[in-house]
Amino acid sequence: MGDLIELKNLTKNYDDLQVLKGINLNIKENEFLTLLGPSGCGKTTTLRIIAGFEEPSSGEVLFDGMDISRIPPYKREVNTVFQKYALFPHMNVFDNVAFGLNIKKVDKSVIETKVNRMLNLVGLKGFGPRDVSNLSGGQQQRVAIARALVNEPKVLLLDEPLGALDAKLRKEMQTELKKIQKEVGITFVFVTHDQEEALTMSDTVVVMNEGTIQMIGSPIDVYNEPENRFVAQFIGESNIIEGTMKKDLLVSFDDFDFECLDKGFPENEPVDIVIRPEDLDIVEPEAANLTGLVKSVVFMGVHYEIIVESKYRDYKIHTTDFSPVGKQVGLTLTPDDIHVMWKMGVY
Amino acid sequence: MKHFRKLSVPYFIWCIIFILIPLVLIILYAFTNGGNDVKTLNFTLDNFARIFDETYIKVFAKSLLLGVLTTAICFVMGYPLAYIISKQDDSIQDMLIMAVTIPTWINMVIRTYAWINLLSDNGIINGLLGLLGIDPVTMMYTNFSVVLGLVCNLVPFMIIPIHTSLRKMDPSLTEAAMDLGADPVQTFIRVIFKLSMPGVINGIIMVFLMAISSFVIPRLLGGGQFVLIGNLIEQQFVSVGDWNFGSAISTILAVLILIAMRLMKKMDASPMDEA
Ligand SMILES: Nc1ncnc2c1ncn2[C@@H]1O[C@H](COP(=O)(O)OP(=O)(O)OP(=O)(O)O)[C@@H](O)[C@H]1O
Ligand SMILES: [Mg+2]
Repeated sequence: MGDLIELKNLTKNYDDLQVLKGINLNIKENEFLTLLGPSGCGKTTTLRIIAGFEEPSSGEVLFDGMDISRIPPYKREVNTVFQKYALFPHMNVFDNVAFGLNIKKVDKSVIETKVNRMLNLVGLKGFGPRDVSNLSGGQQQRVAIARALVNEPKVLLLDEPLGALDAKLRKEMQTELKKIQKEVGITFVFVTHDQEEALTMSDTVVVMNEGTIQMIGSPIDVYNEPENRFVAQFIGESNIIEGTMKKDLLVSFDDFDFECLDKGFPENEPVDIVIRPEDLDIVEPEAANLTGLVKSVVFMGVHYEIIVESKYRDYKIHTTDFSPVGKQVGLTLTPDDIHVMWKMGVY
Repeated sequence: MKHFRKLSVPYFIWCIIFILIPLVLIILYAFTNGGNDVKTLNFTLDNFARIFDETYIKVFAKSLLLGVLTTAICFVMGYPLAYIISKQDDSIQDMLIMAVTIPTWINMVIRTYAWINLLSDNGIINGLLGLLGIDPVTMMYTNFSVVLGLVCNLVPFMIIPIHTSLRKMDPSLTEAAMDLGADPVQTFIRVIFKLSMPGVINGIIMVFLMAISSFVIPRLLGGGQFVLIGNLIEQQFVSVGDWNFGSAISTILAVLILIAMRLMKKMDASPMDEA
């Protein structure tokens, strides 16, 4: 699988404000790639530069190895699913989906076949003559996807396409989108600020913050091996602890040394350590180095969220075993529960 | 709810007195003989028959022609202007629309006198031409001066509805069209223009309606012998005193306008299939 799109040192300024600060990203063929980050971090801007609606202030956008950053959107082999669908209100479902093919002056009978096949794919068989304004949000969403995919683009860009749907429909569409992507076998670049959505759907997750890329990795890597404090905090819940890397495979925090799996840091390098709440085990105080007092217990549906107050900090623990408030407990962890990260801004 | 309904009673009375009764009276006059009092109404179609006189037919034809011409020029001038205005930043748009609207607040007669000053044989334009050594051009009391006056007075009524429909259009629709491969011209024809049709129709109806029934501008800029439907009606009521014939002409004008509006609305509602 080669690189289909390469973003090289992309920056974007609006007046004095720099909203993209050097984005480097390679997008492979047939990949489901998600841009994930808090509001205002530049996800939409990145997507709009790929689509051609914005010109980068500097840097290159390579498509199949060619620089396309000055090519207008209507000449790019990229199609977009807009956040608010942007269906044409003066056309019915069929004509909306057929729009791109009509522009290309494709044969009427071919258009008919392709549009109907696409409507089948998105589960809107027989909806052709319907007025788009009478469709539900989920149906409009499907029309928007069909309208983009019927042009057989090499890349489909989706800007928070599920943002306007209710929770249940959202889940359904997540599964469906993933299925469609597998079926048509093209690259999807998906934008969301919902980490769960990003982790369940993607092959690759790109975590962004304030116009920079914080981490690129598989969902599992992004969750289990966050590269820095921002990623750890943004994805899932975590205990983030300052410590020192004594040497390879040995890290020290809260007065104790712990074995870990990380190496390659200089000796005695100050680092951040992530421990996911579900990785900490509560044991009798004698059986552990870390000890503390149960400060609060909240039932979360499947598990308890227990806060244990220790000498230096409060630890958050997710467990199915109940411990009463006020109990003295110990906390244990195995080497693979400890994730050591460089301090922010070091690399 | 009941309380609110009561509040609307004065409004209905107002409508009946000032809209419905005059309308009924005009229709009544149109279908009756002159000179009879209210008790002995003689219904007749004579008033309508008289219109088929050649002179009157010519007046109607000329009015329709000038109305269509004025509307066409207003559209050709107004659409690009409305489009350009709708592309500006919000605050600039408000200012420009203000600039388009303000002239309509100044009395029409005063604005028309300004044109007389500009256009007359020894007016400002001919004065300037004279400085360049060009002989004076007769511009007053021609079709040109009348259409010019009408266009200047009516073009805001074309710009404003078109601008409104362009402004409220979702800009992502333009982007969607471009994204699907439409170049700027195709995007304009297939999406922007079609979606601005309600504004276009409203503008055309308003301008045509006002152009065809105007009588002050044709008189001031066209002179005494320049007679359009509006002037004809005015003459019958004010100088000739034949209210019955005047009412008949008014009725026909109203019917013509109603038909025109119907046709336009139909065009708007008909499904716009892909060309
Ligand atoms: N046309 C513009 N003019 C000025 N600033 C802009 C413009 N478009 C975006 N910005 C700014 O650029 C920054 C990034 O915007 P962008 O829309 O890319 O964020 P985002 O990551 O998509 O956020 P969200 O999740 O809220 O959609 C924001 O601070 C935004 O205010
Ligand atoms: Mg966005």
